[in-house]
Formats: sequence, C-alpha cells, structure tokens
Amino acid sequence: MGVVSLDQSYVVEMKGIRKEFPGVVALDNVGFNLRKGEVHALVGENGAGKSTLIKILAGAHQADHGDVYVNGQKVNILSPRHAQELGISVIYQEFNLIPYLSVAENIFLGRESMSGRYFINNRDNRARAREVLDRLELDVDVDETVAELGVAQRQMVEVAKALSMQANIIVMDEPTSALGNREIEQLFKTIEKMKAQGISVIYISHRLEELWQIADRVTVLRDGQYIATTDIDKLDKEQLIKQMVGRDLTEQFPERNVRIGEEMLRVENLSKAGVLKDVSFRVRRGEVVGFAGLVGSGRTELMRCLFGADRFDTGKVYLNNQEVQIKSPRDAISHGIGFITEDRQGQGLMLVRPVKENITITALDQVIKKLFIDYEEETNVAGDMVERLRIRTPGLEQEVRYLSGGNQQKVVIAKWLLEKARILIFDEPTRGIDVGAKKEVYSLINELVGQGVGVIMVSSELPEVLGMSDRIYVMSAGRITGELSAQEATQERILEYATKE
Amino acid sequence: MIKSQSRRLESFRKELGALTALILLCVVMSFASPYFFSLTNLMNILRQSTLIGIVAAGMTMIIITGGIDLSVGSVLSLSSCLTAGMIIFYGWNVWLSVILGILIGAVFGLINGLLITQIPLPPFIATLGIMGVARGFAFVYTGGAPIYTLPKSFRYLGQGMIGPVPFPVLLMLVIYVIFYLLLKRTKLGRYAYAIGGNEEAAILSGIPVAKYKVIVYSLTSALAALAGMILAARLDAATSVAGDGFELDVIAAVVIGGTSMSGGQGGVIGSLIGALIMGVVRNGLNLLLVSSHWQRVILGLIILLAVTVDVLRKKGIFGKARR
Repeated sequence: MGVVSLDQSYVVEMKGIRKEFPGVVALDNVGFNLRKGEVHALVGENGAGKSTLIKILAGAHQADHGDVYVNGQKVNILSPRHAQELGISVIYQEFNLIPYLSVAENIFLGRESMSGRYFINNRDNRARAREVLDRLELDVDVDETVAELGVAQRQMVEVAKALSMQANIIVMDEPTSALGNREIEQLFKTIEKMKAQGISVIYISHRLEELWQIADRVTVLRDGQYIATTDIDKLDKEQLIKQMVGRDLTEQFPERNVRIGEEMLRVENLSKAGVLKDVSFRVRRGEVVGFAGLVGSGRTELMRCLFGADRFDTGKVYLNNQEVQIKSPRDAISHGIGFITEDRQGQGLMLVRPVKENITITALDQVIKKLFIDYEEETNVAGDMVERLRIRTPGLEQEVRYLSGGNQQKVVIAKWLLEKARILIFDEPTRGIDVGAKKEVYSLINELVGQGVGVIMVSSELPEVLGMSDRIYVMSAGRITGELSAQEATQERILEYATKE
Repeated sequence: MIKSQSRRLESFRKELGALTALILLCVVMSFASPYFFSLTNLMNILRQSTLIGIVAAGMTMIIITGGIDLSVGSVLSLSSCLTAGMIIFYGWNVWLSVILGILIGAVFGLINGLLITQIPLPPFIATLGIMGVARGFAFVYTGGAPIYTLPKSFRYLGQGMIGPVPFPVLLMLVIYVIFYLLLKRTKLGRYAYAIGGNEEAAILSGIPVAKYKVIVYSLTSALAALAGMILAARLDAATSVAGDGFELDVIAAVVIGGTSMSGGQGGVIGSLIGALIMGVVRNGLNLLLVSSHWQRVILGLIILLAVTVDVLRKKGIFGKARR
C-alpha cells in the first residue's frame, strides 16, 4: 500500500476496504473518513455494505484488504475490545443492556469501582454515572432499572456508557427507528452536545429526512461499492436517493386510484384502563387508514386489542355492521383480520424456520389433504407468493433469519395474503427496510386496497402516513385526538393533534 | 427436481453427523470385541435402546416446542406400578390394565401441559414438581415393594419376539414412523416447530398454542407410561424406583441427535440415532468390562462432545460457514 500522508483532521480513515463472504463481495474498494466533531451519515439500501463496514471498524470483522487509520495511526482492529480501547463505540439497534440492573450498574458493567478487593463501591458508581449523564444533560435517574425505561432513555444509557469508556467515535445504527418525534428531537439534542465536545458520530439511518437535520456529511454505499461522500447541504433528498438506488425514484408513493366502498370495520368506545380511552374509528372497503401519533400514544396497543392479542375492558367491534367478539388472534383471523406487527423478528417470524413454513403457517389448512400436509401443494403456494412479492431468497427452504429486513417483511405480508385477510393492520410496515423495498410495500398496499381490502397503517414516519393514507387518525395518550382527510392533513396539523393531551 | 432432492439431503445433514458417529462407534466396537457384531448382541442393543428411544420420540417434540419434561421417569414408574397393581392386586384384564396405565400416564402429561399453559409455569418447574408427585405416588401405592410375577401375556410386551426381532423394538420402530409423520407432515408437528421457533409469532398467527402444547406433553407422558410397561414386562417386576434418572438419559438422546434445546429445530430420526448411540456405548463398555461407574463418566463426556460438535458446526468451524 505504501506510505500515505494523512490529513490529521480525520479521526477515522478507511481506505480500499474489501471484504468477502463465501459467495458475496460485501465491500469492494470502499473508502470512508470521519472528522473530529462531525456527524457523518452512512446510507445505502439493505445489503449495500453499511453494517459490514461498521463491523470492520468495530472489530467484529476483519477486512480482507485495505487500511484503517484511527487518529492518524494505522491500526488493525482485532476485536470489539480493541475497538473500544481505540475509543470506538457502537450503539446497535438492539441494545446491549441488562434489563434488571440499574442505569448506573449498566453504565459501568464490568468496570465497577471497587472498595477493597471484593466489594463494589455503589456510591462511587452512582456518582460517576450521574456525572456522565450530566455531561450531556440527560434526564435519566441512575437508580432506575433499565427495564423500566423507554426506548429513548435506554438509548441515552447506551450513549452514556459509550462516553464513560472515553469513546470519541460513536457509531449509531438506526438510532431513531424505534423513536417517536419528540424522542428523536431529544436524541438530536444529545448528538449536538456530543459534537460540541468533539465527539465524532457515524450515523446510519433509513430515515433520510432527518439527515438534513443532524448530519454534516453523507457517504453513500451501493452493492458494496463506494458511491460518494457529499456535504449534506449540497444535495437534496431526490439526489441522495438517486445515489442510493442508482436510478430515479421519482414517485416514492405510487399513485392509487381506488374507489372507496362501504364500511367494513367499526370500533366503538374501546377502552382499556390506563392504556386506551373511548377509541372509536372505522375502516371502509378499499381505504388506507393511517394512524399517526407519538411513540407510546397507544396505537400499537389499540391494534393488539383489535386483533385479540390483548384484552380490552369495554367497547364494541363491528364487522360489516355485525358485532363480533374477538378474544384471541385466532378469532380475529377467523373474521378476516391480519396483523403485520411492528417487531417482525420478535413477533412476526419464526427465524429458524424456512421461508416456506413461515408463509403457510396461518393458512396451513389450505395445503392439508386429509391429515397430511401436501408438500407439493405447499411448495406451489409458497412459491407463488415468493414470486408475486418478489421475495429475494435462494430458495423456499432458506431459514428466514438469513433474509434481509425488506424480504423478511415481505414474508410476513405473504402469510396474510395467503390467508386472504380482508382487513390488514400494518404496524410500522417499513421500519428498518430500504428505499427500494419500501416502495414495493407501498405498491403492495395499493394493490391490496384495489382488491377491496381495508388497510390500517400505523406509522411514525409522517411522510409515509401523509403519502399513503386516505384518512388519518391521530392518537395521543390513548385517545384519538383528531381525524383528518388526506386533503386536509399536513405534518403540522398531525403534530398539533399528536401533542394534544 | 434435482434442487429439491439436494434440499432434502440438506435437511438430513444434522442427522448425518449423528449417524456417522453411530457407524464409527459400531466399527470401533467390532474391532474391540469379537462378540459385538453378533445378531444376538445387536438385538440386545436395540432392546436396551427401546425405553429411551420410545420416550425420546415424544421428548423431541416437547423440546422442539421449546419445552422440557423432567417427569417422564417418574410417570414411567407410577404407570407401571398401577398397571401391575391392577393385574396382580385386583385381577383385572391385562390389556385393559395396560391401556388404563397408559391413559393415567397421559393424564400426568395433561396436567403438565395445563400447568405450563394455564398458570403458566415454566416447563422446567411444572415437570419438576410433577416428577416428585408421580414418584411419590408410586412409593405410596407400592409401599416401596416391587410388584412381581406378572402374567405371561403381559411379559410379552418386554420379552416377546417376532422372528429374530424383539417385540418392543418393533413397537419402537412403529412409534418412530408415526412420530416422524406427525412432526413432518401434520399440523401438530408444524405447529410444534412454529411454537418453538417463535411462540409470540405463533400466537399472532392464530395457532392455539396452549392446545398443542397440552397434546405434546400428553403424548410424551403416554409414551413414558408405555415404556414403563415394557420395562416391568422385561424385568417381570414393577417398582417405584424404576426410571430414576431416566429423564436425563432421554434428554441426552434427543440432544445427541441434534435437536436444539432452544426450540424450533430438530427431528425424531436424530433422537433415535441418539438413543442407539447411548445403547451402543453402554453395551460396548459392558463388553469391555468397564465398570458402570466409569460408564457414567463416559456417557457424560459423550453428551458434551456431541453438543460441542453441533455448536462448532453452527459456528462454521466444520464445513462452510453459512451466512
């Protein structure tokens, strides 16, 4: 490689990185650099190589070729521990916190102050934890158990933990994917404070809009190739998307021309103590009904009640003007309701089972002849779905865990299509999936309402709610605080209702 | 077509490892002892593997759902004592008594299933409790004394021969055919994999999870009761100490066979091979005059070895890594 003169202002510089996995080139001649005190966004569709690049920096993978410089020194990062010693900390989407330990215990886990040889000095730990949290003016109680904290606060604990390790390079992997708008603002404030202290942040996100709020520069990867690094002010969203997908995605929300029919579902005064209060809404044939609101406003809880996954106290549910009793998901399914949960991996998929089995699981009766599953029929039925939804998988027997996020989501959708659900609840349908797959999901929703399905779409991404819904309900603190037609809805009006107590 | 065939082979890859180990063991033993590879001895091994083998079929299903059943040894003992009691003390019809004994076993499985799904208790705790209860009842019922001199028709269960093949071995094979079909081709099996793969997803997919768990535990306890009959018939005695520690042997066979303790993966063929591996090792060590004390040590090590190989294979140390 030879001697390379380095710009001292870079805290991280990666050059000519190549990484191969059996059968795939994950990264090919990729470069990346990070300045002191900047937020550098790293974007690309799923499979573009972002995670691989980060894992190399974090010491979880080793590059096959290429050089990594940290603070001007050429390094070969051998392990996550080594990365930590170099001041690199990664905050993953799934947090690495112990739920039943306190905030302070989590921050200093494995690095506790001791009094003497055998005893942990709790007082000192708590004081140090408070100090770190204060540095970023984070409003978290050090004695609180992590299990009691919300997602945003857990994230702050992770940040504090990283800072307590003297990290000056922090990688955030999709930090906002589970946050509501207000929490995102909080997170951005925290990031600003980190910047002010000279900490550099590598920021990975699928929510492109927010990059203009928080990032200084953006690097785009596509199919394992380096595409470009640009100051964020020098380009707009369309140009960025073009870089990511290599083509114009002119219409992000595809056109829909569906005649909305009669009422299919009506919920009246549904209440659940402490969670939901007097919620009433309706869904018509061929309609996409958006549910907007902050995280914790009760949208998911409402959908779980409607689907029979949780019990509610009072309220009535009508399907085609007939009152129905839904006491379990089984009841809901028998009434033609399907539920695509927000947590695909935790609630939607059997990760260690093949694509085929995940698709046919709800509609198994369709492929059972007498007592036995008809394998040929099952393969045909599942194969049709894979084709129809363009699920990218090496085969029907592939375990779902090896699929990308977007394709996993399509598997979840496939199972409800097979079941021929007439009312489909999508809870955060595009969370954590890439731009291309998002558009496919939108097209699919359009196709479904075209066939007379009623769609309920819970989403925290306002552009998505606005772009897709015929009508929007806004929730706050367990109540519906507003109903807007597609014509009257704007981001401002939704936020106004969403913050109404 | 070719693709689907290679896929099918792929799905047996796990069993292939265990099978290779079994064959290797047999080859080694054949050299170590001239007596090993005789028909009588092979039949002996099969006969000795039947108890663990039969119950392992059900246990596999339980472990696939992400559960565990520690009560099988106790249920085995209690059912055999009650059946022997019905025959000897009350003079009831042999086959009626056997069927009642198996049903009583199934009831304990039902209770396990209800405790696990309705309270709900963790399977480990529920079946640990029932393990004590069933064992205790066996002692209470027999007063600790064995019940023996069972009628010939009953002893056939353990001692009968069909040609050169012991009757219980045949029974085991029939049970494996049934359980293989249950697991791979029926709703029950598919749902078992789904529940173990992701219980929350299974519930949200409309699977009546509680019902299927109860069925799986009941089936397994029924098999344990059947194994109890076979053991009593073979020894010509039903005792309240029978099957002590049996549950661990059964779990070991399942694990050696490649079924994952975390649920969602595995199959009965592996468990049958696992049971046979344990049978071959015990038999071989007996032939080599290794004391039963050392046998325990060696069997323990074999469990560790089998699971270690499995874990390393998953990590991609052997063969190509999967991604």
